Amino acid sequence: MQISPVDTQNYLLLAATLFCTGMLGVLVRRNALVVFMSIELMLNAANLTFLAAARERLDATGHLAALFVIAVAAAEAAIGLAIVIAVFRNRGTVNVEDIRTMKY
Amino acid sequence: MSTSQLVFFGLAFATLFSAVLVIAARNPINSAMSLVATFLFLAAIYAQLLAHTIAVLQVLVYAGAIMVLFLFVIMLLSLTHLGDPTPPPALHQVVGGVAAVAVLAGLVVAIWRWHEMAPVGRAREGLLRFGTLEQVGGLLYTRWLLPFEAVSLLLLVAMVGAVVVAKPRI
Repeated sequence: MQISPVDTQNYLLLAATLFCTGMLGVLVRRNALVVFMSIELMLNAANLTFLAAARERLDATGHLAALFVIAVAAAEAAIGLAIVIAVFRNRGTVNVEDIRTMKY
Repeated sequence: MSTSQLVFFGLAFATLFSAVLVIAARNPINSAMSLVATFLFLAAIYAQLLAHTIAVLQVLVYAGAIMVLFLFVIMLLSLTHLGDPTPPPALHQVVGGVAAVAVLAGLVVAIWRWHEMAPVGRAREGLLRFGTLEQVGGLLYTRWLLPFEAVSLLLLVAMVGAVVVAKPRI
């Protein structure tokens, strides 16, 4: 049994790129569902960072952090999608630029 | 370059490619299917990081449960029509894109310097147990029992809240 010779740095770089991809999706896309999917991408990038650090330090506590992130992401998806359904029922759109009652 | 490095770079490329497809696809269904692919590739990367338990949970919870929820909502709202062509990007979208690229540059520089400043040696003992269900479960049900129970309460609240929010009349 041996640690694979891929550096932790590579995993962190992948996580950073994945996080910024998700951030780009949140900031640029107009469809609320795609914005939610981008948030899931960002959460997964955080998970990847936790797991890479856990392997670097050989400390399984990072795995628990990833587990909790997955649970919180499930809760967030349930609530967020319920809000999307409620907004679509009231407004007939999921375009985030048309939903601006609380903006001004 | 060793086999595991080749596997990692292949998986990393596939992950980033499908992640870009998620935010680039016009049809939300295509976004959701690309996201499933991203989660599956990420699960393989987690397994390579010796996080076997989390890799299984990633497939079960993320690629399974959460994505079914997303697809169900997309179908329910019948958002598959593409609508009018994309309007030109607004100012805040341009600023957001620049901000995302700037954050990426900052993170890359930080990771680069971290590698130079603190190379951490790796112990090789206890690898056979690392990341197994036994070890993760052992930690989860002893030292981290209270957060675990708090998460179950959170899921209950989220479940009730989702019903309350999505229901037209209570």
